[in-house]
Amino acid sequence: MARTRVPERTLLPGEEPLSLLREDGTPVDDAPLAMPDDDVLVELHRRMVIGRRFDTQATALTRQGRLAVYPSSRGQEACEVGAVLALREQDWLFPTYRDSVALVTRGVDPAGTLTLLQGGWHLGYDPYEHRVGPQCTPLATNTLHAVGFAHAARLKGEDTAALVFVGDGATSEGDTHEALNFAGVWRAPVVFLVQNNGYAISVPMSKQNAAPSLAHKGIGYGVPSVLVDGNDVAAVYAVVREALHAGGPTLIEARTYRIEAHTNADDASRYRDAAEVAAWLDRDPVDRIETYLTSRGLLDQARREAVAAEAERFAAWTRAQLNTDVVPDPDELFEHVYATRPAHLRAQAASLREELA
Amino acid sequence: MAGALNRALADALEADPTVLVFGEDVGPLGGVFRVTDGLAARFGDARVFDTPLAEAGIVGTAIGMAMNGLRPVVEMQFDAFAYPAFEQITSHLAKMRNRTRGRVGLPVVIRVPYGGGIGGVEHHCDSSEAYYTHTPGLRVVTPGTPDDAYRLLRDAIDSPDPVIFLEPKRRYWTKGELSTDPFAFDRALVRRPGRDVTLIAYGPMVATALETAAAAEEEGWDVEVVDLRTLAPFDDETVCASVVKTGRAVVVHEAPGFGGYGAEVAARVTERCFHHLHAPVLRVTGFDIPYPPPKLEEHHLPSVDRVLDAIARLQWDDEVVVHRA
Repeated sequence: MARTRVPERTLLPGEEPLSLLREDGTPVDDAPLAMPDDDVLVELHRRMVIGRRFDTQATALTRQGRLAVYPSSRGQEACEVGAVLALREQDWLFPTYRDSVALVTRGVDPAGTLTLLQGGWHLGYDPYEHRVGPQCTPLATNTLHAVGFAHAARLKGEDTAALVFVGDGATSEGDTHEALNFAGVWRAPVVFLVQNNGYAISVPMSKQNAAPSLAHKGIGYGVPSVLVDGNDVAAVYAVVREALHAGGPTLIEARTYRIEAHTNADDASRYRDAAEVAAWLDRDPVDRIETYLTSRGLLDQARREAVAAEAERFAAWTRAQLNTDVVPDPDELFEHVYATRPAHLRAQAASLREELA
Repeated sequence: MAGALNRALADALEADPTVLVFGEDVGPLGGVFRVTDGLAARFGDARVFDTPLAEAGIVGTAIGMAMNGLRPVVEMQFDAFAYPAFEQITSHLAKMRNRTRGRVGLPVVIRVPYGGGIGGVEHHCDSSEAYYTHTPGLRVVTPGTPDDAYRLLRDAIDSPDPVIFLEPKRRYWTKGELSTDPFAFDRALVRRPGRDVTLIAYGPMVATALETAAAAEEEGWDVEVVDLRTLAPFDDETVCASVVKTGRAVVVHEAPGFGGYGAEVAARVTERCFHHLHAPVLRVTGFDIPYPPPKLEEHHLPSVDRVLDAIARLQWDDEVVVHRA
């Protein structure tokens, strides 16, 4: 694969996605970034396998009616896992609704990750415990939260960076541009990771963007930009890791593909060819790292089976957590609107209690 | 009033090191209305600073900063300029506490100079309170006097919940004493006691209501004026106590009446005080039109005469008075 040198905090992304592993799993010669350590690579693989199993389990739970909806990130595991494992403990993640695999990789349990999609409450985990903002449904609004969070960290003298996920469609939203501009002006330690999976629901990249790449959108804001192969977990990890230590903002476009439809409610066959999906299945990010690890002697049959078994246990845990019927307390409707319940909500709560009595 | 707001900001910055003031032009310029005058010089550009000109950016980054333990006070410069930030306000600022089951509160204050009467051109004179009061999770307050401007802004900055702080820009130049009364966030105030009719007003219309009450006195009508101060959550207690006493009520605001805040007030008063009412609750509001050009705004804005006419329309005759007795 052709490639260019990694930008050394220059603004311009390379013409081809930066990569450390070729599609066939062989390492890129003379790669511009160092390959992550072996133990990191092994962990990246393990988390991707678990993440994928979790994702297919969540899709199955949706078919069983356990989740109202599930936006799958199958095929995007290298982005989800590579970027999250690059975070230091003190760093924060600002995910979108498609980033459930990122959440479980960060340590949020399956029930907490899926509470939003299950419908029990809007959020099922403590953001401060995991340093993960709420999964954002409106597009691109989380970019500004990340910039503000990172800027506040700097004002407080804390060494904390923020990583914010958006999709390709979100780069068309005004908030992305305001966030890049604020981040550029403030030199905020924030990493924008655009998972370009080809489609904003049904709208393809060709109708979304006229620039040479989405990474080019950093240039006008003075934000160094990198284009990376989003199916190469080693490259995603290395690029995000470097960006988190840059001391200022970085825009990363990760080229990947959403194998499943937008959600279970979407019919992807209406807007994309089976051949296109098949071609991307051949570029599977999990296969790629497995091939490489195997060639290096870091992954054998026994370890492969052990990781698969662990993924099965995680899926079983997911099923167990999600197979219970959630019956939220109706009184909680009035609980978190204001810090203390004002008179009109006390009255409405009392009226509902009476109605339910 | 601008001076009272400036002092409130200065005192809050002094009292709490996590308080920040930022927005477009709030730094060395001191804001287009000079409300932040001198603050950047006194507190430094890490605590009082200019931002890029982008309202969604200002509110969105304020949300992130509040998540990280700071207390931002941001300025929207003019009412209609705040609309690009509407999504951040309604989808995130108002809901974060609710979404996170109480774990993430956002102590953010958004200062919005609002309303007309200053000869401003279009997009500079909207009364946008109904958009904000319709959104659960927001506290919406608006001072009618310099004293309240100071007290309400200090309370707003101390509030654990996000506050939309609407500043009646036509009253920025109003003079008045700052009292040492205890703060009264969430409470309406009887600004002028009266027996015959309650005028319910807020922000820029408090002065108009008081002027009307003085004029009405000459007609023999004893008018009570209630200043809401906090539009949301609504202080039913104070308002209803007044209307139960007088039996008649007029709500006054600059914004268009249709779907407006006054409709909510009228409905609440009717629901709670129906058996004490001697006439329907009336509204005196701006017309249902986009804010007019400066040379026509005097026709749009509620005037003393228009409020007096409403009082007269409350079937004010001897027969009713006798019936009441």
